[in-house]
Order: sequence, then structure tokens, then C-alpha cells
Amino acid sequence: MAKVSMTVNGKDASGEVEGRTLLSSFLREQLGLTGTHVGCDTSQCGACVVHVDGKAVKACTMLALEAEGAEVATIEGQANADGSLNTIQQAFQDHHGLQCGFCTPGMVMSAAALLKDNPKPSEQEIRDYLEGNLCRCTGYHNIVKAIMAASGQDVSSIAAE
Amino acid sequence: MPKDQGIGASPKRREDVRFLTGAGNYTDDINVNGQAYVHFLRADVAHATINSIDTSAAETMPGVVKVFTGADFAEVGGIPCGWGVTDRHGNPQQEPRHPIIADGTIRHVGEIVAAVVADTLEQARDAAEAIELDLSDKPAVVNMAAALAEDAAKVHEDLTSNLCYDWVFGNPDDDAVQAAFDSAAHVTTLELVNNRLVANPMEPRVAIGEYTRGTDEYTLHTTSQNPHVIRLLMCAFVLGLPEHKVRVIAPDVGGGFGSKIFHYAEEAFCTFAAKACGRAVKWTSTRAEAFISDAHGRDHVTKIELALDADNNFTALRTNTMANMGAYLSTFSTSVPSYLHGTLMAGNYKTPIVQVNVKTVFTNTVPVDAYRGAGRPEATFQLERVIDKAARELGADPIALRRQNFITEFPYETPVALTYDTGDYVATMDKLEEVADIAGFAARRAESEKNGKLRGFGVNCYIEACGIAPSNIVGMLGARAGLYDAATVRVNATGTISVFVGAHSHGQGHETSFPQVVADMIGIDESMVDIVHGDTGRVPFGMGTYGSRSIAVCGSAMVRATEKIISKAKKIAAHLMEASDADIELKDGQFTVAGTDKSVAWGDVTLTAYVPHNYPLEELEPGLEETAFYDPANFTYPSGAYACEVEVDPDTGKVTIERFAAADDFGNIINPMIVDGQVHGGLGQGIGQALLENAAYDEDGQLLSASFMDYAMPRADDVPFYQVDHTCQTPCTHNPLGVKGCGEAGAIGSPPAVVNAVIDALQSGGKSVTHIDMPLSPARVWAAMNG
Repeated sequence: MAKVSMTVNGKDASGEVEGRTLLSSFLREQLGLTGTHVGCDTSQCGACVVHVDGKAVKACTMLALEAEGAEVATIEGQANADGSLNTIQQAFQDHHGLQCGFCTPGMVMSAAALLKDNPKPSEQEIRDYLEGNLCRCTGYHNIVKAIMAASGQDVSSIAAE
Repeated sequence: MPKDQGIGASPKRREDVRFLTGAGNYTDDINVNGQAYVHFLRADVAHATINSIDTSAAETMPGVVKVFTGADFAEVGGIPCGWGVTDRHGNPQQEPRHPIIADGTIRHVGEIVAAVVADTLEQARDAAEAIELDLSDKPAVVNMAAALAEDAAKVHEDLTSNLCYDWVFGNPDDDAVQAAFDSAAHVTTLELVNNRLVANPMEPRVAIGEYTRGTDEYTLHTTSQNPHVIRLLMCAFVLGLPEHKVRVIAPDVGGGFGSKIFHYAEEAFCTFAAKACGRAVKWTSTRAEAFISDAHGRDHVTKIELALDADNNFTALRTNTMANMGAYLSTFSTSVPSYLHGTLMAGNYKTPIVQVNVKTVFTNTVPVDAYRGAGRPEATFQLERVIDKAARELGADPIALRRQNFITEFPYETPVALTYDTGDYVATMDKLEEVADIAGFAARRAESEKNGKLRGFGVNCYIEACGIAPSNIVGMLGARAGLYDAATVRVNATGTISVFVGAHSHGQGHETSFPQVVADMIGIDESMVDIVHGDTGRVPFGMGTYGSRSIAVCGSAMVRATEKIISKAKKIAAHLMEASDADIELKDGQFTVAGTDKSVAWGDVTLTAYVPHNYPLEELEPGLEETAFYDPANFTYPSGAYACEVEVDPDTGKVTIERFAAADDFGNIINPMIVDGQVHGGLGQGIGQALLENAAYDEDGQLLSASFMDYAMPRADDVPFYQVDHTCQTPCTHNPLGVKGCGEAGAIGSPPAVVNAVIDALQSGGKSVTHIDMPLSPARVWAAMNG
């Protein structure tokens, strides 16, 4: 066992982990941050996407020890300071961009990373960027629409809410 | 939107806030004090005799609590099949024992051979590696046709063969059916495969068993679409536990699509092991386990024949299907290729003679059961493909050929036992032509061709039987359960309401849409109404969510219970206003005496019910809580017409979905936003089946596509924005909301449109391709073009 320390959603966090402990396990089981979901074992589904030092990372693909000293952001830290939904979260609710909610944390974290680098992505750029995030419920329609809306684009002409 | 609340409005989903902030409560998020973890040692061969299992080394490994094998479950029952199908000779289906842990024979890759419970998951995994198995391999039976050969190895030695049942439905007279084909002006024949799929909800299955010694009570937390059904099956058939001592909780569930209907071995194991180990036992499926332990879907091999007269009227339809059951009969497995499939073969058409034959087959593969649509996609696919092929052979317009044969008068009794109450197939096709912009297709095709691509247009119709189902009818057909649903409306003294519903929401948004109905009926703000679901300890009873039944069946129960509430509340209001309850009207949460200005508010009446000082106690009980069980009089029949436009790259065979349009008739609609979302999701899965997904086994029974690296799930860049319309509405005539259900339509209606479009594209390029089996991967399309 080894000690690991990092900043998670702006707060200091530390714990004892095995060498093989994944960042996703550390967040879920030791810190109780169960919003980061695990939907596969091969780094395909993206339900576990978090930000590590500002970059989107699949938390199932990083050892907890590799995050030593890093700044980690998870879905639990995304809402505005007053607890209201942030722009991306609100767009997902407004445009029905989620159904069962399981892929949603990863989708929101990926969307945030995309919009940081590309504030006005096209539909195709969004679809390409989400290559690493699987959703089984929405057929992606309203996820793509929500991300376009979150970036300030007019989505009123896109068929059917 | 005409209003922002009530039936027909699209309020934002209230469940979204917790899902968007990481505050959901999925089963794997639950940890019970002192819990141990189980790791299942699963078979890595498809068929073998277990000579011995040596667990002695594993039992001494660090942290190990107990190791279980099949012998530990010798005294408990097997997992039951919920539907007994009678074959064409009047005999029952062959029904093998389905053990919790393999009892001497391994019958599919993924079957549980042993289970290790340990303090940590890592310890359980490590110890499982120390279990020594002595196996004698047996020949694997994988291919269905080979499994039915006389000399085939048997999956179950105690059965007479690998045939589960040979079932005939519709017109049973072979000679009469043959005569219709003999006298036909044209017969179109098509042989096709409905590819095997894995449901793959994004949340893998989880089970946590708890046992409380002091009260002899069990709690199972599980990822289920129907916790009461799990409790009933597990208690009555598997573990022999008293039902009232067992609580099953299915909290937030991350998608199901059918795969979380069924009672699984892991649920019974964790419940059983919690008592045996004296501590809670938790199992979280990996995705790798999910591929080889979640029930699969589809997997039909079919030959369909359509007879037409000289005027292109359909005169007879005959279809013969082999349907894979896998190694054991999962909960609803035998109903899927029979009564959820054969009954739909008339489709939207007035074909007078329909004969359906289905042979279900045991193989050394994972059990196969319902997946979104369940039997209805298989029926729709073969029917809408053979019609398209017929149109091409006859030089007829595929839309005109369909229109000519539409059922146009309702109610309509089909030759395959259903009575469609309402529908308007002409209207949905008219709407589709508009939404899909068929008029603009020629120009779009020309543009594609300019870019070196082939462009195709494909259309299909669908009908489905939803709102499962009238209990007396399904009982006659072999169902071993009733298929009603239940709701309890509990009004609190202050007027807020909890509705306890038997339906389970795992993405469908019931927490938003169900309160819309109750609030609308009473005329109060929706924020005063919550639903409670997914817990047998809180919800009185329910049969759960599948078959697009939630609003049609459970929603109807909720309406009936609310009607009882209103009836009683009117009596209380009448007493308060010294009037006759027949004169009381309820509008916008106010009770008024008709024709007067006397009124009392909803909250005054509810408070009076619980503080009955001025109250007719001799006539009326205090309190305001009512339960209703609702058993539908008929199935509901959503229908629609779908259109797909594809581009095919002739150099690579890659298919791109350029446009997809859906015109559905779901009857009345509670929340249009949610309904659109349900259709979108179904379309995504249907396009996945048509182009990408395939659960492929090799001849040894190894699942080749057993991870997301090998099984092609649809991704955001595989699909377009969809054009979805549901303004054609012929309300259901036999439920109080006039609703039909919308959950499965997208998955049922989309695969044939995709394939029809690809065939159209290839033929436009001068290729004589008439069929390609799904998934239409680039390799298959290229091979068909160049074969």
C-alpha cells in the first residue's frame, strides 16, 4: 500500500492504495465520489471520464498513484457555486440529453473538455469528439444537440427535441 | 407547447438533476456495512463434463470467506422459465434444469462454475485462480441447423434432442397454405438471418444480498426492470424463501433494454450466500462478464415466402424460423420467438392467410431472451424485407405496394390471433413521405453520385403489440404470470402525493411523466406529486417495465387509483359544503358545488381526510389512499412508417446513414419530449443492429465479440440527427389514457429501412444484390457488390 494525495474538485484528498488501484476505484470507493461510473473494462465506454490537470482522462485507465499531486475534477464538482446546474449540465436537461443517466457524467466531462478547446464545435466535430463515449439510450441525437446548445449555437432548426 | 404542465406538456425531467451532478444512486454505488465481495469463476469452454473441482487451495487464500460450487446449490431450485409453449403436436416445450452454479456439466462459456466470497474483490479474484478444475471437453453445439441434425451432440443429455419446441401458428392447414402459394401469380422468397445481439445497457449488472439474522429477513439490491418479479421467482422457484421476508430493491438502473427483466443466477447467489456467509455479499459485473452472462437477443434464421395475386395483392405469407434459446431457458425466452413474434406476422397488411412455424433450439451459447422489441423486430424485419424484395421483383413502387395492402378498417382481426383496435397506416405513411422529404430524394441522389457515392432510399412499416398484456389471454398462451400492473396513490394530509408504481424507470423518465398525469387529473402543481418505484418494501406490487407497457398498463392503474381518490375526496368535499357528492366538480384543485360559488380547496379536503373532526365517519373511512390493479383488455398497437437514406462508398462498402425519418402513431402522448427521446434511442439501437452489432460465436462456442473492442456499439458519428414525428394519433380504445406505448418502436421499425436503403443504393449502381445479412459491415457490402 502507498499513500496518494491529490486535489479533487478543489479539496485535498488522500488515501492508501495498492499499486493496482485505478483512479476510478479510488474516487468511487475511497472518496465516495460515485458519480464517476465504470461501464466497461477496456476503456471504450467513457462513463468514467474525469479531468486531470484540465485534461479529459478515462479514470479507469489511470492508476490512482499516477494522479499524485494532480488536480482532479469530477462530475460532483461541475455545478455552479450556488448548486445550480452549469451551462453544459443545464443544456443536457433542457434538451433531454440523458435518459438512464449512467453515461451522463462522462458525457458532461467530455463535453466540457471539448468546449474548452473548441468553443463552437460543428455537429460533426462533436460526433467525432464523442468517439470515446458510448450511450445506449439516446441515439446521441439530444446529446449532440445539447452540446451545440451549450456552446451558444441555435439548435431550434434541428428536428424534434 | 400549449402548456408547461400536465398531459401533453414537456416539462424538464426532474430526475436529470441528480444524474447530471453525480448524485444518482445506482446499485454499485451502494455499499453495505461489512459486505464481502464475490468473484465468479466462469467456464471458458462451451461444453464439458466437470469431473472434479478442487477448492482447497482457494479456501486458504487471504481474505477468503467461503467458496461455493454446484454442490452447495443441490437443494435449491433452478432458475424458472416464465412461459410454457405448447408445440404443434400439443406437447409441452422441453425444459431443462437451469442451475445457479453448473451441476456437473458446463453448457456455455460464461456459465458459473464456482464462486469465491472474500473480504475484498481482489482477494476473491486471486483465490479463484487457485481453484483447480478437472474437465472433459464435450463437442460444442453452436449452429442451429447442426443442432437439429439427428446425430447432433445434445446440450442436455436428459432431453430427447436439442429442439425446445416446434410451434405452428396462424393457419395450421399446410395444404390450404400450399394451395394459396400454388395459385399465386407471384411468390417472393427470402432467406435471412436476424443477427444475434447483446443489449449492453451502459450499467453492468450488480447484485448485493443482505441477511438479517434477528428477523430472518433478506434484502437484495439489484439492477432490475421488475423487482417484484425477481422476488417472486427467486422466492417461489429458486430459494424457497417466504416472499414476505424478502425485499428486492432496484434503485437507479442504468438502462435495461430487456436484459434486466430476467432473474439471473447472480441474484439468487448473492441472496443465498449472504445467509451462508453471515455477511452481505456484493457482485459487480465487469463488461467482459456481461457479454457472457447477460441474456442475448434475436438470433433467428428464417425463410419467408410471400404470395401475391396478379394485381399485387398479398394472398398468403409463410415463414419458417429457427430461433436460438442458448443453453438454458431464460425467464421470457420461449415467448419471444412464439407469441411475441408469430402474432405480429400480419404486420400492417390484410394478408388473408398467414402461417408461422418456429423451431427453438438449444445450443452451447449464452441464453437468449427479450431485447428491445423482443420478437417484434424479428417479425417486422422479415416481413418488410420480403415486401421490399417483392416490389423489386414486380417492378412495383415499394410504398405503393404497401399502401395497396394496408389494413384500413378497425378493429381488425388478423389471421394470427390479434385484434388491432385502432391505427391509420395511410396517415403515418403520408406523414412519413412529408417528413422524409421523399420529393427531394432524386436531387440528393444526384448530388451523391456526383461525389462518387451510391445513394439509396428504404422504407418500411411496423406494427407492434405492446402494453403486455391481458392476463387471461397470455395465460391461455402459456404465460406463468399475470401481466397486469398496480399503483397506490397516497395523499398526505397536506395534499402532497406519493404514487407507488409497479413500473420501473431506468431511463424512461417516469418520475417526470407519471406525475404529469396525476397532477393533471386533480389540477394541482406537478411538484406536489412524486412517484416511488423499484422497491418491494415500499411499492405494494407490480410486474415491472418491458414491452412498452409502463404508461399503458401501470399508468392506467395509476389513473384508476387516482379516480378512486377523487371519488372519495368529492364525498369529503360534499360533506364540508353540505351538498350531494354528485354535484361536486373538481377543477384546478378546487372542489365546487355545481352552479354555485361554494368551493373548498384540495388541501382543505386532504387535511380533513386526516383530521376528521367534521367528517362522515359512519359512511367513510378517514385517510386518503387508494390502490388499483389494472389488467388491460387487449394489447396496444403502436404503428408507423420509417424511412432511411444511405450513402454507400462503392470502393470500400462503407454505409453512411444520411437521413432517418420516423412517423409513429403512439395514440395519445403524455410527454412529447420523452417520447421523441425514446424513439431516438430505439433508432440508435436499430441502426446498430443493421450496420454494426453482431454477437459472433466460433464453432467451439467461444464468443468472438465479447468486449467493446470487438462488439461494435453505435457511436455518435455512426448516426445522424433523426426526423421524428408522432402527430398521427389514433388513441387506444381500451385504456383510460388512450396511450399505446413508445419504448420499442424505434428498434423494431428501423433495421429493415436501413437494409432496404442499402439494397436500393446498390441496385442504383447496377448491382443485382437482393439481400445482405445484418450487420451490413463494409466487408459484407463490398463482398456483395463484388461477389
